[in-house]
Amino acid sequence: MPGTLDLLILKTLARAPLHGYGIALAIKRFSDDVLTVEEGSLYPALQRLLLRGWVKAEWKTTETNRRARFYTLTAAGRKQLGVELSQYEQAIAAIGRVLQNA
Amino acid sequence: MDSVNTFFKRLGFLARRERYNRELDEELSFHRQQLEKDLRADGMDAEEARYAARRRFGNELRLKEQSHDVIGFTIEGVIQDIRYAFRQLRKNPGFATTAVVILALGIGAITAIFSAVNPILFKTLPYPQANRIMTLWEQHSDGSPLFVTFATFHGLDERTRSFDALAAMKPWQPTMVGNDRPERFEGQRVSANYFRALGVSPTLGREFDAADDRHKGPNVVVLSDKLWRRRFGSDRSIVGRQVTLNGDLFDVIGAMPASFENVLAPSAELWAPLQYDPSLPPDSREWGHHLRMVGRLRPGASKEQANGEVNVVLHALGRMYAKGYNESGGVPSGILVNSLQSDVTHNVKPALLAVLGAVGLVLLIACVNVANLLLARGAQRRGEFAMRAALGASRRRLTRQLITESLLLALIGGALGIAIAELGVRALVALSPQGLPRVNAITVDGAVFGFALGITTLIGLAVGMVPALQTNRRELHLALHKSARVTAGGHQAMRQTLVVSEVALALVLLVSAGLLLRSLHRLFAVDPGFDGSHLLTMQVQESGHYYDSDANRLLFFKNALETVRAVPGVVSADFTAQLPLSGDYEVYGVQFESDSVGEEGGFRYAVTPGYVETMRIPLRRGRLLNERDGAGAPTAVLISELFAKRKFGGKDPIGQRVRLGPDVGHAEKPWATIVGVVGDVKQESLALAAEDAFYVPTAQWPWADDVLSLVVRTRGDAAALAPSVRNAIWSVDKDQPIVRVATMESLLAVSEAQRHFTLIVLEAFALVGLVLAATGIYGVLSGSVSERTRELGIRAALGASRRDILALVLKQGMTLTGLGVLLGLAGAALASQGLVTLLFGVTRLDPITYLGVIALLLAVAGIACLVPASRAARVDPAITLRAE
Repeated sequence: MPGTLDLLILKTLARAPLHGYGIALAIKRFSDDVLTVEEGSLYPALQRLLLRGWVKAEWKTTETNRRARFYTLTAAGRKQLGVELSQYEQAIAAIGRVLQNA
Repeated sequence: MDSVNTFFKRLGFLARRERYNRELDEELSFHRQQLEKDLRADGMDAEEARYAARRRFGNELRLKEQSHDVIGFTIEGVIQDIRYAFRQLRKNPGFATTAVVILALGIGAITAIFSAVNPILFKTLPYPQANRIMTLWEQHSDGSPLFVTFATFHGLDERTRSFDALAAMKPWQPTMVGNDRPERFEGQRVSANYFRALGVSPTLGREFDAADDRHKGPNVVVLSDKLWRRRFGSDRSIVGRQVTLNGDLFDVIGAMPASFENVLAPSAELWAPLQYDPSLPPDSREWGHHLRMVGRLRPGASKEQANGEVNVVLHALGRMYAKGYNESGGVPSGILVNSLQSDVTHNVKPALLAVLGAVGLVLLIACVNVANLLLARGAQRRGEFAMRAALGASRRRLTRQLITESLLLALIGGALGIAIAELGVRALVALSPQGLPRVNAITVDGAVFGFALGITTLIGLAVGMVPALQTNRRELHLALHKSARVTAGGHQAMRQTLVVSEVALALVLLVSAGLLLRSLHRLFAVDPGFDGSHLLTMQVQESGHYYDSDANRLLFFKNALETVRAVPGVVSADFTAQLPLSGDYEVYGVQFESDSVGEEGGFRYAVTPGYVETMRIPLRRGRLLNERDGAGAPTAVLISELFAKRKFGGKDPIGQRVRLGPDVGHAEKPWATIVGVVGDVKQESLALAAEDAFYVPTAQWPWADDVLSLVVRTRGDAAALAPSVRNAIWSVDKDQPIVRVATMESLLAVSEAQRHFTLIVLEAFALVGLVLAATGIYGVLSGSVSERTRELGIRAALGASRRDILALVLKQGMTLTGLGVLLGLAGAALASQGLVTLLFGVTRLDPITYLGVIALLLAVAGIACLVPASRAARVDPAITLRAE
């Protein structure tokens, strides 16, 4: 579903700042290995969110003492998460109605 | 708002591009290493884990490009494309140079020509509301324009309401005598409103008013900026001072701005008021047809309204002044109102449009050549494109790359073209014929630069599309599999289109140039009616009050002639009131005994008696003029052959009687007698039929002219004798200006200067066009044959003889060429319609020109087919098959 990746990334970052690999890992883990984020989609999506100002990026060191780029949700991103969530719920509800009635 | 933000962010990324790329690299390699680590933790060995991580990651370059696409501007991609395009061109300098040179020639030529043509034909004249300025001509009964009489001008000026300002003018050539040589200036006598009609005011002093322009009014003069700077050192106090012109003192009342461009008399440097007599005395200059008229339409008045009004007023004038008009050849049949713009340009329009058309064709041919080059290169680079497509380059991206390369070529070509245009414009101005209007306004200007750049860009896009059209994915896959050996059908069709259009364009261009070339040869073969070799000419003017009397005028010319005849190297010398092919145009009425008034007229040659012999004009009947035909003797007249034939048919004209010029219609004046008939002479142009003419001795004409042209028949080189002839005249009176010194041969050339100019330019383009077309046709045909080497080899292997192969190639090439010739013939037949007014002695469908050009093009095409075909036929079939 279009826009879902953005939603997943925003939701993941709402819990804690993460680097790209961490985001991919987190989505995989929370979905019980059902959803795998392709790297080819992840990084372009992150650039898009950066550009819109919904996330910001800064270089930090990881627990294993390596440099990595961590992404943090911005205030605008938090608002956007709300918008996307409600859109998502509307869409799911609509699909549900179609599946029940059709 | 959001998009503005995004824009600035993108800008930020662009500025920190290096850093962005570095960080993205680092981020991605971090990701991969984490992945690898986790895989190893799951029990994979190191090698396996690295490989798996790589695979999971896919094409890292592509991933980076996708991230880039999100963040970066399209411009970034464009910069990449340009860099890549430069690299490609550097790798292939032969191709790049050829393409750039072809484009530069095409673009340079069209820019130069457009620069020259733009101010003349398309730009409005440099006056406020220039489209409201009209010229007015009286009309003959056949509708042809006629100079205006002062009576008509005066009547219209008083009675019409369509014009804000109406003015009349005539040329004026006053002499200023200084310590040094006398100098004659080009100037104009103008009525009071001349500058108001044009809408231009002096920068210094004032313009003319009604008080200046009255009969026997004050001697006042306005200077051009150039004269003010040249003769008076830009002295601002010149206004109010006096200058001596023709022996009279003139008050300087003003100077015109440097920006003033006087299109009605471009070389005029000073102006004085007309000062004609509004009481219109009979038989006076006020009734002579010799003025030009210009008027500025009142706001709201249209040209048609003005035309209607002036013609109504003219009829009223005709009734009021019936007597005056009848004595000057009758009431004109109408007044022609025309915009100044078209009046100034309509003579040169056909020539300029022809040149513009020619250069357009050259540009098109250049485009076809470049398209062909790019096409050939596209074919060579199929493998490369296939590889890039396979690596994930999108079709759009590849198309963009190709267009970038073409644009780059076009832009470099364009930049060089501008340089060529700059040189070209200078050459054009230097070559331009006298009388080409607005030559001073010709420069390579911004508009033209924009035009060239626009053209360049269009060409770039157009030719970029050709190979781009071919790169569709299916074909690319094919190309990848079979390397570059595949010849696709679409590609051949493109080639064939190029061959056909190249041939057609070349044919149109060469036929046009050929027609003009043949016209000019015909023209120079025309007999002017006299012997132009070893003939020196110059105009001698009398100035100063000493020459107010007719006797003194005649005496000076007589003495001058005697001294000139004594100069070593001079065979004979004589004076004439007008000189053939010099631009002189003097027609006076002629009344034969059987004629009514105003029926006939002819060129007036008031000459010293030896003139006809000096010019070597043949005597057909009767006798020539001699010294006995002087003052007091009965007036002797020679008439031209055609005039005699038309008036008298088989009858002998000798002894018949005529009245000439001012005597026409005056029964009290004595008749003059025709004593001889001489050959016809071309007065205006070699291209025009000779018109009726008559010759009378200067001493027997009703007044003594103060300007005569000297013709000197010399033993050796005519030009070399000019200084000694001039000094001989000055030895009689050192203050008399001598101008227009020229050999008759150069006058002959100048009189055809416009055709000559068109021809030189057209020939230059035809030559460039021929070279481009020949190499182009060769390139296109030989390219398509070379591509078929393999196919031809197979044919040979299957038993085709060398002859069969040559015949096959030739047949196919010639079919295309034939098609191009047919199209070109249609085009040339159309294009030649625009040339009709420039042609002389050949029809626009002249078979010799057409056949010659066709033969030339067929020969070029034949060679272009045969050379690569025979090369292909020589290839050992075994080699071709093994390569398969």
